Amino acid sequence: MRLVYFAAVREAIGVASETCDLPAHVRNINDAIDWLAGQSSGHALAFQDKARLRFALDQAMVPLDAALGDAHELAIFPPVTGG
Amino acid sequence: MKRVLISDEPISAEFALSGLSDLGGGAVCSFTGISRDDGGVTAIELEHYPGMTESSLMRLIDEAFARWALLGAAIVHRIGRVAVGEPVVVVGAASRHRADALEATAFLIDRLKTDAPFWKKEHYADGTSVWVDAKTSDDDRSSRWA
Repeated sequence: MRLVYFAAVREAIGVASETCDLPAHVRNINDAIDWLAGQSSGHALAFQDKARLRFALDQAMVPLDAALGDAHELAIFPPVTGG
Repeated sequence: MKRVLISDEPISAEFALSGLSDLGGGAVCSFTGISRDDGGVTAIELEHYPGMTESSLMRLIDEAFARWALLGAAIVHRIGRVAVGEPVVVVGAASRHRADALEATAFLIDRLKTDAPFWKKEHYADGTSVWVDAKTSDDDRSSRWA
């Protein structure tokens, strides 16, 4: 799955995107965040407060408990602040 | 007429709203958001999610057309570094009578603030920078339109 990061999440992890083979037990975004948080200290820092994260699957906003299904792209980012 | 544009060059209300007054209506309403000096801010920097940004803004315009009798609507948003005093976003709507354009303009900017994937960083004169936190007041204004 392609993972894309924005703003403070991107800066904490150190890359704007990466491709990961998520383990089979990862079924929803919450599972993915828990697994990704173990990948590096940057990931752990970026994902330490799930309440401060927002998510998009294939560019549509979804909640933390959304199933990954056969989506190709998971975006993880802070609450938006445009305008 | 529906216009969505993301620009890394300076934007103007004149360009963003061009054509809205030529649609046969009696009302054009707009909102311009300007980069503001909040306690020593010299510039803001805007990041976005290419692709999702454009589709989410067009979806907001489609929703506005479904809710109000509009003749046209436009959203033009800056990305990249924006100096204090420069426009960040221009939203506009045209309608036959003023109520539709007025309400649609408020809807578009309120929902843009909570739905469109942009992130804002403030740069200060001493070289430091801070990501801006989302405001609960923005959530409250956006949820009025639910």
